[in-house]
Amino acid sequence: MRIALFVTCLADGLFPQVGQATVRLLERLGHEVTFPQAQTCCGQMHTNTGYLREALPLVRRYVDVFEGCGLIVVPSGSCTGSVRHQHAMVARRFGDEALARRAEKVAARTYELSELLVDVLGVEDVGAYYPHRVTYHPTCHSLRLLRAGDRPLRLLRNVAGIDLVELPDAEVCCGFGGTFAIKNGAVSTAMLADKMRSVLATGAEVCTAGDSSCLMHIGGGLSRLNAGTATVHLAEILASTQDAR
Amino acid sequence: MSTFLGMPYAPRGVGHLRGDRPFPAAARAALADTQLRRNLGKATRTIRAKRAAVVAELPDWEELRAAGQAIKRHTLAHLDHYLEQLERQVTAHGGTVHWARDATEANRIVTGLVRDTGATDVVKVKSIVTDEIGLNEALAGAGITARETDLAELIVQLGHDRPSHILVPAIHRNRAEIREIFLREMGDVDPGLTDTPAALTEAARRHLRRRFLSARVGISGANFAVAETGTLCVVESEGNGRMCLTLPDTLITVMGIEKVIPAWRDLEVFLQLLPRSSTGERMNPYTSMWTGVTPGDGPQRFHLVLLDNGRTAALADPAGRQALHCIRCSACLNVCPVYERTGGHAYGSVYPGPIGAVLSPQLTGVEDNASLPYASSLCGACYDACPVRIDIPALLVHLRARHVEEAARDRPVPGAEAVAMAAASWVMASPARYAAAQRAGRSGRVLRRGGRIRWLPPPLSAWTAARDAPAPPAQTFREWWRREHGDPDGTAG
Repeated sequence: MRIALFVTCLADGLFPQVGQATVRLLERLGHEVTFPQAQTCCGQMHTNTGYLREALPLVRRYVDVFEGCGLIVVPSGSCTGSVRHQHAMVARRFGDEALARRAEKVAARTYELSELLVDVLGVEDVGAYYPHRVTYHPTCHSLRLLRAGDRPLRLLRNVAGIDLVELPDAEVCCGFGGTFAIKNGAVSTAMLADKMRSVLATGAEVCTAGDSSCLMHIGGGLSRLNAGTATVHLAEILASTQDAR
Repeated sequence: MSTFLGMPYAPRGVGHLRGDRPFPAAARAALADTQLRRNLGKATRTIRAKRAAVVAELPDWEELRAAGQAIKRHTLAHLDHYLEQLERQVTAHGGTVHWARDATEANRIVTGLVRDTGATDVVKVKSIVTDEIGLNEALAGAGITARETDLAELIVQLGHDRPSHILVPAIHRNRAEIREIFLREMGDVDPGLTDTPAALTEAARRHLRRRFLSARVGISGANFAVAETGTLCVVESEGNGRMCLTLPDTLITVMGIEKVIPAWRDLEVFLQLLPRSSTGERMNPYTSMWTGVTPGDGPQRFHLVLLDNGRTAALADPAGRQALHCIRCSACLNVCPVYERTGGHAYGSVYPGPIGAVLSPQLTGVEDNASLPYASSLCGACYDACPVRIDIPALLVHLRARHVEEAARDRPVPGAEAVAMAAASWVMASPARYAAAQRAGRSGRVLRRGGRIRWLPPPLSAWTAARDAPAPPAQTFREWWRREHGDPDGTAG
């Protein structure tokens, strides 16, 4: 199948390995991945900070760029959530009903990585090998906006060599929340402290999730404490094989 | 004060809808209170588990939520009709209805009514709306003592404190603190009082019993008011409400106009949703209902004060009005990771937590509670817990947008954040500008130490105060892609 990658601005600029892993994984499963290079950002940061007028050109760009694509994959639950639940709303707020309808159509073909694999491509065992102790944090937007449920866990359980351990209080937010982490830095940090306590209690070497943003937050805290637990995106684990990791 | 579509907001200088400092500052103080953190963590965890268990028992919970939402939506769309019907029915059954445009008017009406009875003491049922308007202070100004009779409200009142939770106003106190407050403030308490729940409750019971038996005026809020019959409804757990609603000769009920429901049968939905969501009980212990006045039984004078205080302004916002669906169960507070760590005082309003963050700014105007819509990570737990399906995360985003729009209109020079957001939008609207910005951002690599950045300038210093930031990589994803695949469609700009 031909699948267009919306890599997200965060992975593009700061975590290119997440985009590379997504490409490697889908190609290994026999699919063709395209990368429309005119893509930029879904506009979620603008929308969630209240700057809807500034989000509008980014919504339009997303729709323009991906309208001609069939399937679209996003290695982020949060950005997928923004495309699916906010793009049409932003367009309508400024009276652009035509853009809103186009946005809804593109959103209906936009999938978060675990959704694409399990629901569309019908695969739960991607043939990955990852010999590490791993705990999974279900990010808020994957969990409660996309209702991704246990799809990521089903994929992880099929990874060879993995020692998957349950994260206590997994469904509680890590405290990232976009600009919340800046505007309410103290509360955000207090939430992070509890999330790190849970992660460290598992004794995992790796904390994984489907969102680079939440991992940047959790990983930033763990790194500051030199805690010895790394953060790795779900795509990177699923892309790892016995031959090349 | 600007208004939304010309409707008046709750006035300044009266009541408790506005804090004295923005949420982030108030939250920092709360976060440092280790006793508070422990009390809150323990209490919210307990209530969360109880709620989850009783909600899971009902196979039709989602249908009940949808029904609750539909009833509230319908009622608000025909609010004028149902309020007038309520007024007619209450009047026909011997009650008197008063309309209060705001807190000041409501306080004046209630104070006048109490004064007319000659009473200098009133007993109160737990009511957030009377706290919203600052009724106790208004009564005190007129020489009338208001006595709270709900155990938690009594603790708050005796402690010269403020409620910090909709349902459990003294959630920030533990039993050792409560014992100290009782010993210090009750006067008539046994000096050997222990801090066991039974002993504390018994002390409160003895203290309150004398008040109930001597009170001539009772004051309450209302959970629901049935328009078709003119019936008021209060649900509670302790029985103090039943005492206040039945023993005094005069009963005054203050009710927000959004509390009306059309028909008796609608209670079937809400009396299932409310106790399971709030206390985690299948049914609340006491449900009191009364219709006007019954000769020879209960209060012989009944006054209903219908309060606006910014509610019509909220109703005028098509996106914002769903905040008025709230039935004050507090499930959203108990599941909120922000509330669990800061407690209710940080919100500065009698309505704390996620629902407070969307309700208070609409009652006061966003300008007066501008920090509240940002007091959330948008994790969405509140929406899932809400028994009437208020999409609180979407409302928070909507109110942030209103705040940004109003600030842009009212400020001649845009603030730093607005400039940064506009610049980021301009950059990201073009792939060429975006790629150039990524190249420029790579200069941030000079800050890296061992692949991480430990310090960034303000405002990003709020990030690096507690968290490392990732160093920009040697090549971005799109640079890697072009190296691997070229630029076949020529869209890289």
